[in-house]
Formats: sequence, C-alpha cells, structure tokens
Amino acid sequence: MKENAVLQNELNSDSAIEDGLAKLNPERITKVIQEVLYKETGPRFKAYVETCMHCGLCADACSYFISNDSNPKFSPAGKVKRTVWEMIKKKGNVSTKFLREAVHISFLECNVCKRCSMYCPFGIDIAYMMLLVRRICHKLEITPLYIQDTVNSHAATSNQMWVKEDEWIDTLQWQEEDAREEFKNLRIPLDKTGADIMYSVIAPEPKFQAGLIYQTAVIMHAAGMNWTMPSNPGWDNSNMAMYTGDNEISGRIAKSFYETAQKLKVNKIVMGECGHAFRSVYDMGNRWAGWAMPPFEVVHALEFYHELLTSKRITIKEKYRKKVTLHDPCNVSRGRGLHDLARIVVDMTCSNFIEMTPNREHNYCCGAGGGVINCGPPYKQERMDNNRNKADQLRATGADVLIAPCHNCHSGLEDIVEHYKLNMEVKFLGDIIYETMEKKIIHPEDKQ
Amino acid sequence: MNYSFIEFIMGPMVWVSFAVFFIGLTGKTLYIILQIKKKESFIFSFLTLKHSTRSIIAWLIPFFPKSTRTNPVFYMVSYLFHIGLFLVPLFLMSHIVLGNESFQISWVSLNDTVADWLTVLVIMALGYFAYRRASVPQVRYLTTFKDYLLLLMVALPFITGFLANHQVLAYKLMIIAHVISGELMLIMIPFTKFSHIITGPLSRAYTGSEFGNVRHAKDW
Ligand code: SF4
Ligand code: SF4
Repeated sequence: MKENAVLQNELNSDSAIEDGLAKLNPERITKVIQEVLYKETGPRFKAYVETCMHCGLCADACSYFISNDSNPKFSPAGKVKRTVWEMIKKKGNVSTKFLREAVHISFLECNVCKRCSMYCPFGIDIAYMMLLVRRICHKLEITPLYIQDTVNSHAATSNQMWVKEDEWIDTLQWQEEDAREEFKNLRIPLDKTGADIMYSVIAPEPKFQAGLIYQTAVIMHAAGMNWTMPSNPGWDNSNMAMYTGDNEISGRIAKSFYETAQKLKVNKIVMGECGHAFRSVYDMGNRWAGWAMPPFEVVHALEFYHELLTSKRITIKEKYRKKVTLHDPCNVSRGRGLHDLARIVVDMTCSNFIEMTPNREHNYCCGAGGGVINCGPPYKQERMDNNRNKADQLRATGADVLIAPCHNCHSGLEDIVEHYKLNMEVKFLGDIIYETMEKKIIHPEDKQ
Repeated sequence: MNYSFIEFIMGPMVWVSFAVFFIGLTGKTLYIILQIKKKESFIFSFLTLKHSTRSIIAWLIPFFPKSTRTNPVFYMVSYLFHIGLFLVPLFLMSHIVLGNESFQISWVSLNDTVADWLTVLVIMALGYFAYRRASVPQVRYLTTFKDYLLLLMVALPFITGFLANHQVLAYKLMIIAHVISGELMLIMIPFTKFSHIITGPLSRAYTGSEFGNVRHAKDW
C-alpha cells in the first residue's frame, strides 16, 4: 500500500507557508499562541481540553483515521495532541518545524466536519479546536497559499474569485440572454427591490459554472417566483475566511451579504447548492457579524427545491431513471438537518435511489470540505490518499450517478471518482430537477 | 500506627474531603458559568434546556448513540463501571452504618453480595481500561502517565475496601488505606479529569444545543 506523504515525514508545504515561517521569531510565536489560546478563548476551550479523557472513541468517526489504516496520529484527539496539547505544554513556545506541521494538521488533515463530536461521549468539538489552530496560523501569517488567495479576494472584492463587478453583471445578463432563446420572457431580475427572494450563489458559479445560474433561472421562471439577484458586491455568499481563522474578514463578508439583502428589501434569501456558504451565512459568519441567528430567513437550495416540488410550483415530467445515490453534505445535514427533505426531493425526481451508508448526520465528509480542497493543487495527491474511505463508501453503492448538493462536495467527489476510477457521474440536485421538470412557462403577472 | 492519626483520618479528614468535593465541584461549576458570562456569553444564546437534556439523556441510554454501538465492549464495561462507581460507595451497608452513627440517618442499602460483585466489577473494569490504554493504538497514542495514575486512584479505594471486607490481609491497615485512598479520590475529583462529572454534561449540553437548536440535527 502506498504510504501517505505525511507518514513519510515529508510534509507537503507551499511558498506562502514557507515565506511566513521564515519571518517568524520565537517571541511572536509565543505571543500569538498565548493570545489565541488564553485571551480569545474562554471556558469552552478549557473545558474541552480538561474533559477529554484520552479515550480515543472519536477515532472511528474520522475519515482521515480510517483512510490511513487507523494511524492514531489522524484520530481527532490525536490531531489535538499534535497541536493544541503541545502548544499548551510549551506555553506557546514552539518551533517553526512544529508550526509547519500544525498548519498541515489543521488545514489538510481535518475537514472541520464535526462528525467526531457525534462520537465523543462528551461531544467535544474538535473542529472548533482545529479552527483555533488555523486562527493561530492566520495570525502568524502562515496560511496555505491558495486558500489565503481566496481570502485576499474576499477582502478586496467581496467575492472569493476576483470576479469584477462588470464581469458579474455581464455573466448574469449573458445567462439571461441565452435562456431567453429557449424561454420567452425569462428574466434574471437584477436589484429588484421588494422581491420575495434574493437568490445568491458562490463566486465559482459566475467564474466557471455559469450554466448553474441558467438552470436556476429556468427553475425560477417555471415556478413563477418573484426573485432577484444583487448586482453589487455582497452577492457572493461564500466565505473562505471562516476556514482560515480570519474571523474579522469572515464577519465582514457575512455582514455585507446581509446588507445587500436588506437593501433589496427581500423577504428571504435563497442560496444555491453550497454547503460551506450555508454554514457561513447560517451558522458562523453571522456570529462574527454579531447575529446569533441570521437576520434573514436563509433557505438552502435543498429546502427550496422541496418547497417548489411539494407545493407543485414545479412538476416532474418524467422521473430520472439512472441509479442514483445521495451524498449528504456535512454543512446542510449535520449542519442544518436537511437530509430528510433531500430524500423527499430525490424521491420525487428519481425512480432508482440507493442509500449510501453511513448516511444523514452520520455521512462521511466528501474530504474536500472545511477549506481542504481550497488549499489547492500542492495537496491534491494527499487529499486523494486521505479520501480512500470516502471512495470505498461510494463504490459500495454501485450507483451510476452521485448527487452532491454542495459545490465543495461536488468538486471533491469528482476528484475522488476520477482518482479511484469509480465510474460515476457527479451531479447537483438542481441538474436532476432541471432535466426532469416540466419546463412550462408561467408569467409572474398571472400568478399574482 | 499513631492513634491520633487514625482518629484524624477517620474523623475531621472525612469532613474535609467531603467539603472539598462538594465545594470544589460547586465552585468549579460556578466559576465556569461566570467565565462563560464574562468571555463567551454567546453560549447562553444557543443553550436550550430541551436540547441539552435531549442530548444528555440520549447519551445515557445504553447503546443508543451510534458511537456506543461501534465500540460495544468498551461501552458495556464503561456503563457497568460507572454504575458500580456510584452505587457501591453510596449504598454499601457499612457506609450507611457510618452515616447512621454520625447523623442518625439511614437509607436503602445494597445487598452485600451484590455490592461485593459490583466491587469486583469496578476493579475488573479498571483493569480493562488499563489494558485498553496499553494495547489499542489510538488510545495508547493519547495516553499519558497521569491517565494510569487516575485509574490507580479509583482502583485503590475499591481494592482496599474489598480486601478489608473479606479480611484477607491486615484488616486494620486495609481499612486505613481504604479511608485514605477514598478521601484522596474525593479531594482530587474537582481538580483532575474526574471533574468530567461536571464538565462532561456541560460540554454535552452545549454540543447538544448547537446540534439540536441551531442545526436541527441529532448528535448521537
Ligand atoms: S472534524 Fe471531521 S475531519 Fe476533523 S477530526 Fe473531526 S471527524 Fe475528522
Ligand atoms: S472521544 Fe472525546 S474524550 Fe475521548 S479522546 Fe476523543 S475527544 Fe477526547
């Protein structure tokens, strides 16, 4: 069996990490670690460290542990030992060699998927502790290159992919134009104040997958929804800063997102099939911006599809016949409990569905989530090694089509399917709905 | 042995140990709550009684959480161990007699044979925990010397109590060792990982609330 790079002790790294490490001195390291571990945290962190009984029961929860032949270093608590315990023991006085490993552990050996919280008898939140380590890395400026670039983009443009404002608007108009060739009167209404729904996507959609916006426009059109998309910065609901420990930017992103919705005076926000973006606007970014719960009703695509189908705003012409399986994205199942709604939608649209096991809250992460895939090409090979467990789980379904209602999952699973030659087609749930729905034309005026 | 020493550990020291145990744990709980108020008051905006109890109860039902079913042996031993750990000291006839002597109060007692078997069970469970620490790689990786010490600290009062009860070895010495180790354990509870008696449910309550209240998902 091929050993993973980490086991061979040649830790993958990149220029941003190395440049950052070269600039560090012991005083700064100690100061930052102490600041984060003792000033920024509180009794919660202390309780987690003190309560952990070193029982190792969380190990079975983690794909990294399973994929690496039960190597204890990859167990959730093992990763805490390799980072946090050591930092506490040394009172922050750790070497750059240690930090190089800490970056790697927190960014590339954990998807912050929280599966382990369901396996630890005390519900200790290891993901939270890995995010603390990332926070330390952020403050020491040793964040991996590719993911840091997305944060820089967030900071400069309010979107993740350096999409310029005119590019964004152009893309929407281009999709609208294309769609109008097929569907008369179809609109992608920009900045329509007082619309019922603000629809929002992540920046990779206009950048690489504009077709998804087209599909949504067709769905909205057929359902006769009163919707709009914002033209100004704040349209992107993604948030990579949430995963790099850059909490200040993370809060800023969420805030500008809500402000955009507020300006448009919409009733609710509907978002595309993305998990981490949902986590940002529903669970994490909002907190950094000062809201316990989001100030708007935020509806993930899964829930929205469910509503459209059960209210018969959309009808299915003919069910999808290929053998499909469903991957529950952590951030909307464990993160929002949408797994049962997802099954209803799959049931209404597909005739041949097979469960993967484990599923629902217990599903394994796609292996790409939590910012891991966003650390980019330098780490792709090891990500594939670490995803062996996921590949086994997928293979066991024998499905032809893998539905992944999340962008991160979708990309990560495509990599897995290719690497492990699984012979599956990865699809969004929206793809299936688009393919099977009655694309009847409704004029919004008739509906209201 | 010095008579006054024996009198001390059988008398005032018992009081001190109980005081440290109760005040220590209450103090710790209060301290945590105050610290949360001061530094992480957001925790209160997510904590709900419903989801906290839901999660704690789910995790108290044997083999209900999935994790408990993937590690059946460990959890079986662990359940029995914790049951014995509470029942034996609280409901042992000879402990009740002591309570009766000091306060003229009395409560239901465990049948002596049952108590005896539970004691053996607790000791065996501790043996299993030690074995597991040494042999299961992911546990060994996390285990420190202190973890073995903790096991020993729990084992001592049970072993000495058992031996004293059966009067196999020097009875007097055993009783003294039993009392001292029991007191030591009571005193240590608030200051060691034994305090998971408090922090465990608190941590579970918060995770249960985050999962149940915010994320509408189960955490077991
Ligand atoms: S959060 Fe997920 S990836 Fe990270 S340690 Fe826990 S189970 Fe493993
Ligand atoms: S299961 Fe919980 S208590 Fe046990 S080692 Fe893992 S984090 Fe610690």
